Order: sequence, then C-alpha cells, then structure tokens
Amino acid sequence: MSKTSKGSSASSQKRTEKLEHVAIRFTGDSGDGMQLTGTKFTESTALAGNDLATLPDYPAEIRAPAGTLAGVSGFQVHFASEDIHTPADHPDLLVAFNPAALRANVNDVRPSGMVIINIDAFNKKSLAKAGYEDDPLPELRERFKVVEIPLTKLNREAIKGLSLSAREGDRSKNFFALGLMYWLYNRPMEPTIRWLEGRFKGNVLEANIRVLKAGHAFGETTELFPVSYIVPAAKIQPGTYRNITGNTALAWGIVAAGVQMNRPVFLGAYPITPASDVLHEVSRFRHFGVKTAQAEDEIAAMSAAIGAAFAGSLAFTTTSGPGFVLKQEALGLAIMAELPMVVVDIQRAGPSTGMPTKIEQADLLLALYGRNSESPVPIIAPSSPGDCFHAAIEAARLAVEYMTPVVLLSDGYLANSAEPWLIPDVEALPRTEIENHTDPEGFQPYMRDPESLARPWAIPGTPGLEHRIGGLSKEEVTGSVSYDPENNQRMHEIRADKVARIGSVLPPLEVKGPSQGDLLVVGWGGTLGAIVTATEEAREAGLSVSNVHLRHLNPFPANLEKVLGSFEKILVPEINSGQLCLLLRAKFLLPAKSMSKLTGQPFLVAEIRAEIDAMLGQEN
Amino acid sequence: MSDAAKLTRKDFTSDQELRWCPGCGDYSILANVQRVMPELGVPRENFVFVSGIGCSSRFPYYMNTYGFHTIHGRAPAFATGIKAARPDLSVWVITGDGDGLSIGGNHLMHTIRRNVDLQLLLFNNRVYGLTKGQYSPTSLIGMKSKSTPDGSIDHPVDPIAFALGAGATFVARTIDVDAAHLQQTLRRAHEHKGMAFIEILQNCPVYNDDEWIEVEDRKQRVEAALVLDDGQPLVWGPADQRRGIRIEDGIPSIVALDAGEDPVSKGIAVHYERHETPAYAFALASLQRPAFPLPIGVFRAVEKPTYEAMLQQQVDDAISKMGKGDLAELLHSGDTWTVTQ
Ligand code: SF4
Repeated sequence: MSKTSKGSSASSQKRTEKLEHVAIRFTGDSGDGMQLTGTKFTESTALAGNDLATLPDYPAEIRAPAGTLAGVSGFQVHFASEDIHTPADHPDLLVAFNPAALRANVNDVRPSGMVIINIDAFNKKSLAKAGYEDDPLPELRERFKVVEIPLTKLNREAIKGLSLSAREGDRSKNFFALGLMYWLYNRPMEPTIRWLEGRFKGNVLEANIRVLKAGHAFGETTELFPVSYIVPAAKIQPGTYRNITGNTALAWGIVAAGVQMNRPVFLGAYPITPASDVLHEVSRFRHFGVKTAQAEDEIAAMSAAIGAAFAGSLAFTTTSGPGFVLKQEALGLAIMAELPMVVVDIQRAGPSTGMPTKIEQADLLLALYGRNSESPVPIIAPSSPGDCFHAAIEAARLAVEYMTPVVLLSDGYLANSAEPWLIPDVEALPRTEIENHTDPEGFQPYMRDPESLARPWAIPGTPGLEHRIGGLSKEEVTGSVSYDPENNQRMHEIRADKVARIGSVLPPLEVKGPSQGDLLVVGWGGTLGAIVTATEEAREAGLSVSNVHLRHLNPFPANLEKVLGSFEKILVPEINSGQLCLLLRAKFLLPAKSMSKLTGQPFLVAEIRAEIDAMLGQEN
Repeated sequence: MSDAAKLTRKDFTSDQELRWCPGCGDYSILANVQRVMPELGVPRENFVFVSGIGCSSRFPYYMNTYGFHTIHGRAPAFATGIKAARPDLSVWVITGDGDGLSIGGNHLMHTIRRNVDLQLLLFNNRVYGLTKGQYSPTSLIGMKSKSTPDGSIDHPVDPIAFALGAGATFVARTIDVDAAHLQQTLRRAHEHKGMAFIEILQNCPVYNDDEWIEVEDRKQRVEAALVLDDGQPLVWGPADQRRGIRIEDGIPSIVALDAGEDPVSKGIAVHYERHETPAYAFALASLQRPAFPLPIGVFRAVEKPTYEAMLQQQVDDAISKMGKGDLAELLHSGDTWTVTQ
C-alpha cells in the first residue's frame, strides 16, 4: 500500500489514509463463499470508480474436503486510483477464513502486509488438517500485521433471534468480512445490499444484511483498525463503464456478433470448465433469436454448429482444451467444406484433464496444427477480459467474410478475471452483412470472391443452388469429388492463400514503447497486463524495452517481421513451453528467447521484469 | 420457391457417376428414394441429405438436393444443427450399421431421444464395406471377416431394439429390394412428426452376400418375414400353414393356425403402432431368425413434441415476453458508472 496523504473522514471518528493502490485476497474453503465475496467487493470497487483487476483461483472440485489445502478457494482484487493491468503480484491484505487458507496464501502477502484471520476457525484439529504442526501465528506476527477476529462468533451474535439453523447462520460470515472490508476501504455497501435483496428473501436476506452491516460497524468501533483507507477514483477515459469478466464479455460478444451480422446465432456446446459459463450466459438471450444446444459431447456440439452454419446461422462452439482436441476432426471438415463458424477454446492447464481451473495458454500449436494434413485456420486471441467481447465479433466477422472456421483462444485467466470495461457504443461496432448467395445464374459451390477467395454461402432452402459438400477432396470451382493430383495441390494452396490473405487486412501491430531498441517483449493472450506493467517499469528504470502483443496468431499481421527486426533482442513470455516463440523463430529465423511458466498461475510482473533485466545485463 | 407439384424422379438425380459395387443394395434404395421425393410435396431446395462415412454415406452425392457428406458417425449431430437452425427444411440422414451404431452410436441415441424431426435411414448390411470387409456391430456372433478370422465374439446390437431403447417415436424396418414396401415406409417416415428411424436391410454382395436373402427373396419371405400391418393380427406363412405370434408377459411365442381359423380367438396379438409403452414393440424387436419370422414394417409410431419446434418456441416465447433483444440495453444492464472529464 503506498501512502500518499492523511486526513480524516466525515463518517468516522477514525483517521483515513489515502492510497494509490491496494490488493486484497479473500481466501477460505471452497464452501465459504470466497468467489462471491470477492465478486461483490469488486462490484462495489468498480462503482467507486477505481481501475481494477481480479484473479479468482479455486479448486476444480465443487466441495473439496473442508479445511484442507486442496479445498482452498481464493479471490484477489487489485484496485487503484491509477491505470493498472494485473491483479498484483503480492496482496497487501489477506483475509483467511481458516488455517488451510492461511497456509496456502500467506507467503504471497507482501512483507509487513496485513493478514486478517478468523480466529474461531483456528484450533488444534484445523491446524493439523492444514498441515501446521505448531501454531503459525507467533512466527507470522513477526512478518505481518496479523489481525485476529472471531468472525464466527461475531456473525452468530449479529443474527441472534433469526430462526436459522446453525449451518444456515454460519454461512453468512463471509458477509461480515465483506462489510469490514467495505469499512476499511470506504466502499459503498448499497450495491451488495441491492444484490442481496434481489436474490434472497425472509430470514436469509435479513441475516446477510445484518451481518454485512455488523462487519462494517465492527470496523468503525474496534480498536483493531485505527485507520481506514481511501483509494480515490482513477482518472480513466470518460464514458460509461461496467465490470466484466472475460467469459461474460465473450458471451455478449457472441450475441452481439449475431446482431451486427444480422444472422441468428447458434451455439453448440458441451459442459466443460472453464467454458461452461459462456454457454450459460448465451442461453439467457433467446430473445435475441439465439439458439443454444447442449450437445451429447464435444464432437456433437461442434458438428451441430457446422450443420447450423451450413443452414445459414452464425455458428459457435465453446470449449476448453480437452474438448478442443475432440473437435479437431470436425474442424478439419469445416475447413474442407469452407463453412464459417467460430470455435472458442478457453485454454486451461493440462495435459489431459490437468488442472481445469488453472491457467495455461498451451493450445496454440494444437489450434494451428492439431489436425490431419494441412488445414489452415485463422486464430485470434483476446488480451483482456473486456477484449473477449471484441474478439468474438472479430472472429465471427472474419469467418463469414472469408468463409472459414476461425479459432478464438481465450484462457482461464481472461475467462474469470474482471476489469472495468468501457461499454462500447453499439453504433460504432463493426457491421458486416454478408448476404446469402441466391442467384442460380452461373452458380458453382466453390466459385470464389477474387479478393477474399471466399466461396459463396449458399444455404439449403435456396432454389436452384442445390449442391453437395463434404470432406472428400473437392474439385476447384465445381466442388465435385475429385482425386485429380494437380487439383488437390491447387486446393491446398487456395485454402492456405485464403487464410494468408487475412494478414494483409489486419491493422498493423502497434509497439508500446519506442519502435526500436534493445529488447522487444512479444506476448499474446492473457499475459498482456503483466507484460505491459513489467515493460513500463523497465522503461521507467531507463531500459530500452518495448512490447508488442499479438491478437492475430494466424496469419500474423503483415508488419510483424519489420517490428521484430527493429530490436536487438526478443523475449517471448508464455504460459506454455514456448509455442509462439517456436513459431517466430521458425518463420523469421530470429533468435527469440522463450520465457516459460507452467505452474497454472499467471506471470508475476516481477518475474517478467527479472527476465528483462537479465537479458539486458542488469544486476538485480 | 420451386414448384413442388411438378417434380419428377429426374429432378432428384445428380450428375455424379454412381460408385457402388455392381449389385449393391444401395442402388435400389437410391432409386426408390428418388422416386418418393417428388411425391412428398416439398420443394426440392428444402431437402437436405446428410451422411457420415461408409458406402451408404456416399448417398447425398447422388441426390440432386442439398447434401452434406460429413465425418464418421456424426451425421445425426450435423443434422440436428441444420434442423435446429432451419426447422422448415426436410432433413434426411443416411447412415449404416458401422457409422450409425458403432462410431456414431452416441449421436444416434441422443438424436433419437431428442425427437428431432428428421428421417434417418440406417442401411444395415452387417459388415463394413468401405474399409473392405470387417465385421460390424450388427454382425452375428461367429461371423468370419478379415478382422475376425476365427469368428466374431461380439454380441450384435439390434438396430430396432436400440432405437426403441432410446425412445424413438417412429421405428420401422424395410428391405432394399422391396420397392413398394420401401417407398411406403419412406412416405410414412416423412409424414411422421419427429425422428423417424428406418432400418433398411441391405445386401452387400461383395463382403456379406445374401445376409438377408430369406426376406429379400419373394419365395423364402413367405416363411421368413412377418409383415406388420396396423390393426391386423401377427400372422404369416403360406395359406395352408399359417402361424401367428402370441405375446404373453412380454414374451412372444408361435402358435399354429388351422386353415380359416380366426387368429384373434387363438390369442394372436393384433398389431398396434401407437402403444404408449414401447414394451410391445420391444417384444416384436426380439423376434429374430431363425427361431421366429423377422418383422418388416412399422413397429411403433407415436407423437411427442419435437426438439427443433420446442427450441423455436423458446425463442418465440422469449421475444414475445421480453421484446426483441436490444444490444445497447444488454451492454448497459446491471451496475454501470459514468466517468466524466
Ligand atoms: S462394399 Fe458392399 S455395401 Fe459397399 S458398395 Fe460394395 S456392395 Fe455396396
């Protein structure tokens, strides 16, 4: 917490201090409601006008054994009066609901940061369950400001008199902590109260509101907190904002793509973490003419989407790594049949089932090369939660303009993180209305637009255009089955050329920082925040470092080679073992250096910064 | 829209050269499908033929309609997407015993249970043809094939029982070379609102010749086939040697009938397609050669709401309840805040 000034607030007798940025991490059992607590705090913080970034981190099991390290769920929120890009490397404040949560998280807290624990949950048994042999608190008191609060007891007192079972009653204790945080950081409680009123009734509603307010009042009266903090609103671009996660933005982007392209949306999907939320969200929008289908498996979801695309819908399928693998054969067919659709892969940590709720961006080569034979497909990767909205629209637009399936690579970090999002002006969103082909005169299924090489979208129900498509090798123009060797060679070239042509219409890459220098950091996807922050810091420290972030991974933007060539060294941080780096080295014969991380966690700013320093021969 | 009334068989014949082996049962099926199409009152452009992989799955290339030759086993899923997007289209799925019941068994089951309003023709030749003669999921135990030189040890699946188990609303069996029965079955399938499942017994002269000869051959059929006719007793055999099927506690047995004897009075079951429970149809499906005659015809035809209609209804209901979706409204829904200069 960086202090800037001191003052006193009108609402409280206590002192207030002004801070530029704060990171809080709420941690507890996966049953303790940490994700909800974090989300509500984030919403209030967004409404307070701060810039913010969040990082939810939760186990894949719905209810992992209580009190164990495996069951710990956490939610970090970083908020500031300035522009920020990451959820912060180290929280300033940790709220730990039990010993396991403390043990799993306390070492991330910044030195002499604050640690608030629910002391009621600390006993011999729970300490043992968390793997503590001795009471950790004496040692932690040396390193941190440890605040012990009897959360369970205070919660029970607050709801006394309401007829709730002990279990029901204890469930509201996360709201005590939330109320306390609202006091500590001077956030409004109203948005949460409004939300509670819309969600609960009767005693449960009453209990939650009472507890929230009790937590707030506790902060004001207890001597444990002599100071509360103010993080002023950030100076950000004027406009109307909302808080949004990547998955919500993606879902809205899918709906918006249908509106902007004037086509009914069809989404075929099979439940899979962390992509299911997109299916849930899109399914709420039937009144946009959207049809969603939960298929029997990943292959059927993909196949149904291709079928819908053939029939003229704007088709999507959403999945994560293992499901993306299963879709590859059908994706090959969509490439062969040259039908427009978007395959969304929200990458997660693997291989195999891996760590479904953890982060990786290791499906890039799968998207590029994971099918039999040569099967080129455009690939787009959003770089922030809000960007998922625009990426979905762009992917759909490229799909219909070039009559090709498009892969959109999001990841678990973007999917669940939230940021304030400048709500776009609907009028200013791109509109693409590709008409169905209707003229039988001279129609051939594989005739092409001379510019884009797109074949016509000729949908069933159109008189005079009856034709057959399929996975067998196609004759140029007519689309008839063909085993002619020269024809096969040409069709391979045409499919490759069609995708390559997208490169020439992409906006040129923009370098952040000087356009030439010692080091260029190249990234893609959800690592943007950490890379931008690290390179900005390095520049402030006087280093010649810039960064460029790739949104289009196939084809690359036309000026990429020139950009890369303007720097002495190239560093490619990725949450994989160097997939983009491999492509850059292969394509441009450059000595790009890979920086790899495979822990299931996002990059810390400090990690990238250290690598930058090392590459530029700086001592640390 | 093209004029559906003036269509002829020729309108449904594509310019592609047929590539099945000489004598393949698929020729006859194709010819009969092409004959029936003009009678259905559907404009040609509204037909879509969807197939997977296998000999039968070449079918769409030979139909001058919209067609999609997809990937192995997944045709029902593609067809579901087409029908969901465009409920007005007449969607026909062509599959085989390998494509539909082996690699695609999952999709077949789910498409049936969803009652998507499409027609699915499963060509059952009890062998893999296109991959050159391996046993299939409908091959009988002991079948010697390239991959089972010592005989198959898999218990076969019966397509009719499979479809009934998945909750099919229309289930029929017909024969490749019986033009009249095949055509009549296609017409019934098209009339049916919901998923119509048709098993077509099909001869593969190259890898499993005469597998169905008992029912294909007109003379042998009198003994080997039980033709199902709604409202008629389950009776078969030559006039002087008639027999009937009695079903007690779900278990069928054969009862001999004297000349001129009333089958119903002897407890012979009367065929009825619209039983609420599929138990009766299951009993029929259990009739297998050689112990019993093989039933040919419509096993079951019941009405249930269809998938694409319900999906469309949800869209229509949502629009009438909430009004047509407005993007700006969506983006500004919930908590927002405005930053001014
Ligand atoms: S292999 Fe058999 S099923 Fe296939 S085309 Fe030849 S005869 Fe017909």
